[in-house]
Amino acid sequence: MPKRTDIKKILIIGSGPIIIGQACEFDYSGTQACKSLKEEGYEVVLVNSNPATIMTDTELADRTYVEPIGADIAEKIIAQERPQALLPTLGGQTGLNVSVELAESGALDKYDVELIGAKLPAIKKAEDRDLFKKAMVSIGLSVPKSGIAHSFDDATAIIDEIGYPAIIRPAFTLGGTGGGIAYNIEEFRDIVEYGLGLSPVNEVLIEESVIGWKEFELEVMRDGTDNVVIICSIENFDPMGVHTGDSITVAPAQTLTDKEYQQMRDAAIKIIREIGVDTGGSNIQFAVDPDTGKQVVIEMNPRVSRSSALASKATGFPIAKIAAKLAVGYTLDELPNDITRKTPASFEPTIDYVVTKIPRWAFEKFAGTDETLTTMMKSVGEAMAIGRTFKESLQKGLRSLENGWAGLDSRPIDQLPVSELPQKLTIPNMERILYIKQAFQSGMSLDQIHGYTHIDPFFLYNMKEIIDFEDEIRKVGCESKLDTLDNPQLSDSSVFLLRKAKQYGFSDRQIGELWNASETGIRTLRKEHGIEATFKTVDTCAAEFEAETPYYYSTYGMEDEVRPSQKKKILILGSGPNRIGQGIEFDYCCVHAALALKEDNYETIMVNSNPETVSTDYDTSDRLYFEPLTHENVLNIVDREKPDGVIVQLGGQTPLNLALGLQKAGVPIIGTSPEDIARSEDRKQFTELLDGLGLMQPPNGTATSVKEAVPIAAALGYPVMVRPSYVLGGRAMQIVYDQDALEAYMDTAVAASPEHPVLIDKYLEDAIEVDVDAISDGTLTVVGGIMEHIEEAGIHSGDSDCVLPPYTLVEDQIDTLKQYTNALAKALNVRGLMNIQYAIKNDEIYVLEVNPRASRTVPFVSKTIGVPLAKLAARIMTGKTLAELGFTTEIETDYFSVKAPVFPFNRFPGANSQLGPEMKSTGEVMGIDADLSIAFAKAQQAVGYGLPLGGHAFISVKNKDKRAIIFIAKKLVDLGFQLIATHGTAKVLRRNGMEVTLVHSIGKGRPTIHDYVKNHAVDLIINTPTGYAHRPNEELIRQMAIDYGITLFSTIAGASAAINSIEALRRGEMTVTPLQDYY
Amino acid sequence: MKAILALADGTTFEGEHFGATGETSGEVVFNTSMTGYQEILTDPSYKGQIVTMTYPLIGNYGCNDIDVESIRPQAEGFVVREYSAYESNWRSQSNLGSYLEENGIIGIHGIDTRALTKRLRVHGVMDGILSTEDLDPQSLVAKAQAWHGLVGVDMVQYVTCPNPYAWETRAPESNTLSDLTSTTDDKNSQLTIDFDTTGIEAQSTPQFRVIAVDFGVKYNILRQLTQHGCQVQVVPAHTSAKDILAANPDGIFLSNGPGDPEPIEYGIKTVRQLIGVKPTFGICLGHQLLGLALGGKTFKLKFGHRGANQPVKRFDTDQVEITSQNHGFCVDMDSLPNNVKVTHINLNDQTLEGMEHTEYPMFSVQYHPEASPGPHDASYLFKRFTDLMRKT
Repeated sequence: MPKRTDIKKILIIGSGPIIIGQACEFDYSGTQACKSLKEEGYEVVLVNSNPATIMTDTELADRTYVEPIGADIAEKIIAQERPQALLPTLGGQTGLNVSVELAESGALDKYDVELIGAKLPAIKKAEDRDLFKKAMVSIGLSVPKSGIAHSFDDATAIIDEIGYPAIIRPAFTLGGTGGGIAYNIEEFRDIVEYGLGLSPVNEVLIEESVIGWKEFELEVMRDGTDNVVIICSIENFDPMGVHTGDSITVAPAQTLTDKEYQQMRDAAIKIIREIGVDTGGSNIQFAVDPDTGKQVVIEMNPRVSRSSALASKATGFPIAKIAAKLAVGYTLDELPNDITRKTPASFEPTIDYVVTKIPRWAFEKFAGTDETLTTMMKSVGEAMAIGRTFKESLQKGLRSLENGWAGLDSRPIDQLPVSELPQKLTIPNMERILYIKQAFQSGMSLDQIHGYTHIDPFFLYNMKEIIDFEDEIRKVGCESKLDTLDNPQLSDSSVFLLRKAKQYGFSDRQIGELWNASETGIRTLRKEHGIEATFKTVDTCAAEFEAETPYYYSTYGMEDEVRPSQKKKILILGSGPNRIGQGIEFDYCCVHAALALKEDNYETIMVNSNPETVSTDYDTSDRLYFEPLTHENVLNIVDREKPDGVIVQLGGQTPLNLALGLQKAGVPIIGTSPEDIARSEDRKQFTELLDGLGLMQPPNGTATSVKEAVPIAAALGYPVMVRPSYVLGGRAMQIVYDQDALEAYMDTAVAASPEHPVLIDKYLEDAIEVDVDAISDGTLTVVGGIMEHIEEAGIHSGDSDCVLPPYTLVEDQIDTLKQYTNALAKALNVRGLMNIQYAIKNDEIYVLEVNPRASRTVPFVSKTIGVPLAKLAARIMTGKTLAELGFTTEIETDYFSVKAPVFPFNRFPGANSQLGPEMKSTGEVMGIDADLSIAFAKAQQAVGYGLPLGGHAFISVKNKDKRAIIFIAKKLVDLGFQLIATHGTAKVLRRNGMEVTLVHSIGKGRPTIHDYVKNHAVDLIINTPTGYAHRPNEELIRQMAIDYGITLFSTIAGASAAINSIEALRRGEMTVTPLQDYY
Repeated sequence: MKAILALADGTTFEGEHFGATGETSGEVVFNTSMTGYQEILTDPSYKGQIVTMTYPLIGNYGCNDIDVESIRPQAEGFVVREYSAYESNWRSQSNLGSYLEENGIIGIHGIDTRALTKRLRVHGVMDGILSTEDLDPQSLVAKAQAWHGLVGVDMVQYVTCPNPYAWETRAPESNTLSDLTSTTDDKNSQLTIDFDTTGIEAQSTPQFRVIAVDFGVKYNILRQLTQHGCQVQVVPAHTSAKDILAANPDGIFLSNGPGDPEPIEYGIKTVRQLIGVKPTFGICLGHQLLGLALGGKTFKLKFGHRGANQPVKRFDTDQVEITSQNHGFCVDMDSLPNNVKVTHINLNDQTLEGMEHTEYPMFSVQYHPEASPGPHDASYLFKRFTDLMRKT
């Protein structure tokens, strides 16, 4: 069927900020959808609060609303834009939930908007667990026994029937939030109550446990004429019981016979038809009893998902793009397969390699939380690797994680006594794969390990082969006396062994460690013996047809398929798996570089290992290498492609860590030189640089032991900021207020040594922190944006709210900042982007940090000022000047953008949620408006904690803030709020003539604030933590706010901004404006 | 042990052996299905061919006595990227290596099967030799070049049944596969998967009597026919039209089989004599023989269609079905007489996939609606056959 012509304008709802369970994969799918709908001539209206997305680039949609995602805002946009259709299936759970709300509230009917792709009944049937189970039973499929509970009483009745262990899944929460596995009544009560609280409809599903069963997923697509195809099968390495987002997963399925696979395929087709998803992709999960082969259906997502992004990258089949086309009426056989261009999309991809996806966690940032992997997703990112065998793909995947592993390593974990291994194997944890290795090495049998882990023996056997082969490499290496590699003559059998090691996915580094040689030594050795990486194409069809799209991975085979062109080439190094501190913002910059340089007629080559991203869409660059971002893998690509330039400054810390090594190996790095970048990171050189320029930094010192640290801190005066040198995202950075805390930090948090000193800075209390993003071509430097933090210095800039342009700085401060920025850019020979953090205290400007590379705020600034800074930077790196690019003066906006961070604390109960110099947020939102207060309110709403316009405000502040709170409290009273406070604060407020309801501090009588919160009698919390020692009371208050979704401000600055916003909101309605109208 | 695969164009691939040892020749073809290696190995259509699996990990789920398509593995040799010596599946009874060894099939692994596949795609399928005995590449290439090839050769004679037999209902393995059951244990009884793909319950009393002419029939066709209420009598390929008609069946089924249809003159002759007499359904080679009998021509495809993901368009509903295919020859669409209607085409290369006679109750498909391995999208064709018989 041809595309629909009755529709002209389509609304797409994005997924908002990056949170656990909803990351850049929805920017990838949304971007594809926008592109493919525009390509068909539709007008696209988009709403997404996340400025770091490619989809919110103004070229991608006709009307781009960077506004909070919610039914109220969406309705305003609909009223303003009057689209004929809403495509609900591409914006993750957020987009889907908002669409459902709009449909149910009647807003869609009111404005005559049609849901395309999936209609309301289909969404309900798939999302409502009870309806879904009934539907499955009606088509003859099995599901685990289960029951729906709306109260703990309901739940007990159900558990009596089902028995332990049982899975608890709250309804309509994302990525399994609030779910868990209960083995006893105690755990059961905790999880059920927590889950009921989190579910927007107060509903949990209690399900018979199929823990330990094999887990599979199928990605299914259906078109309007009921053609159904399976795009990809995925088998989970970790069996049922671990959320698929936290599981190592493998594509395609490895251990199903054709009979079993077809049974699953038949079921998937029946399911998508029964649920009634009209068109598009769905993800269906199955559990299989390893002993009987019994298959049960676990769940279905009637939308594109993290798994569908993975499936797209794993097969080369662009699910979201095709889903968008199907939604407007095309059928699968009318659409070409992008990769072959000659065959239609109505086929099932077949692959001739193995794909392994491995999650990456950030537990180190959330000390105190339970690190067990359960049905609630906890990972913050993932890497994907492609190899010709599972062994190769697993080892490539492990080093793609960039956490120090070179493959199936053994080093980073403690060697446990054999008696302690069973626990590490039985209880899923993020290092389980390494404990499996340890178990094999300590002589445990495959059957025993399988007994503990329930991981399929096929996977374990392959791991064992890697481990056994490691022994062989070690043995042969010793026999051949290869410790000196000066005379790299290897016997035929050693050459065979080396080649096989590469085919098993061993990195040069791993082999070097086994042979006591350097990575470079092994590289030279193997190259001399003709053992070179060969690149193969991801082509959807296992080479049956010629592939037109150059999407490659490396392996060690006979034939290399890369045909480098004669064009000028630029290679861009991506940012690898998402982690806290390095995520979508850097991918955004890499994508921009690719787009800009493509326009400039360069051939662009992207290297990245993150399947969620736009950068790993084969459409983004001219060539895509899906490879680990390691020295070895990048060099292999460089050897093959011989690029004219390599860009390292846009992908965050990942490419920077490779830069010096690559340069040493003769790779042409363009832009700011790696030496200059390193200069800014080295404390000594940095201080020299600032001294030379006459700029100030906070007084500081460097300590290599506790003994050295104590007098330094005493001399600087507490509080001081301590951190290890060379860190990312403020890892292990802390403010310490006294000697005890300092000693504790030095003892436990970091192992200081002469090689790894601890940096001690005077902490500038109550200073204003400012972030500056600038761009320089070596001659001219232009400031992109000056962002003033709302919270005072000391909270990691990634965790701070900030305002662009500055709202309290005066003209000469701004001028000075520009001057300093200029001087620093010049001194560091910046060619490209740079970010500087300043602190302003008592009118003095201190330089906190200089990063001559793309920063996390580049997309935020670019979106605010309407200038694509990363694109300009890429062009500068290839020799253009700012003058040529037409960006020579700062842009002054007459509107405000507020950036606000989003935190994952609801995933990490027990972790301290206090903010500090170590970054903990996973994503950010932007609020933009002509009125600063409204921009702030928008950002708050986009974060998910809207500002209450009235009700009860609980105030509890530290002594230092008692004076400042009076004004805020007065305003709250004027706005009609009723105040609740603990003893000390209440006294101050009452003394100032305010009526206050007194609550007891926790543990000192009832009612406490906890009781009020539980009774839903609190709408706003202002709680400024003392900062000093561990304060369980404060932590509890923050945790409650998180659990119950109550807006909380933990700084006076944040609270006063909020009060202004509440005032502004009460004056008039929030209006929505597309970016296209701002510039 | 080392093994070498040599192609007639002079290319050689050195790998490691698994399964049986020795030397074998055949046309080297590739199959892109990611599952179903046991069904592929036992499919008689692969007689005379050395099969390469494009999916790199083979053997993962072992072998069992159930997932077989004929009495023994039929492929001449088996080529994979990585053979898994360890098998993991609740139904597995032996590993692939020992299964091949017991059945005298030579396997090679550890070679760049993608490079091989690309070579076959670009240059067309080629004759080849797979050996663990002669490890001299030049000598092997010479042997590959000297091999007779498949064009013009009657391969059916090697796979058709020697005598007619009645296909028993759903558990034929017990009587016809006795020589295969090596490790039969009670796992058989655990086979609770319902392989019924049509939603139709197996008929307890068969309604139709069908003669299946065995050019190399896959068991799953017979299983499907039985499940659709047919009582199936399998007859050798040489059976004359007269003998077939003497049994007065309700319908005639022309099976799949190996190799080139043109030299199967006896088959073409039989089919020609059966035109218009009884409801007739042909699959694969049966379809090609019907095409030739109706006056059409066949030609050899460059590298064939072998896999489980081939999109086929059916014109009656305009829908796409994902099909299992295994053929190197094809009926030329343009050569068909006017009274033959094209019902299905392949969407990848627009070749003929299905046809029906406009006057007589005869239809056929080039692909494999019985799947095994592959998707079940086309199983409706068996119902179409029984419907035809019901009508006539």
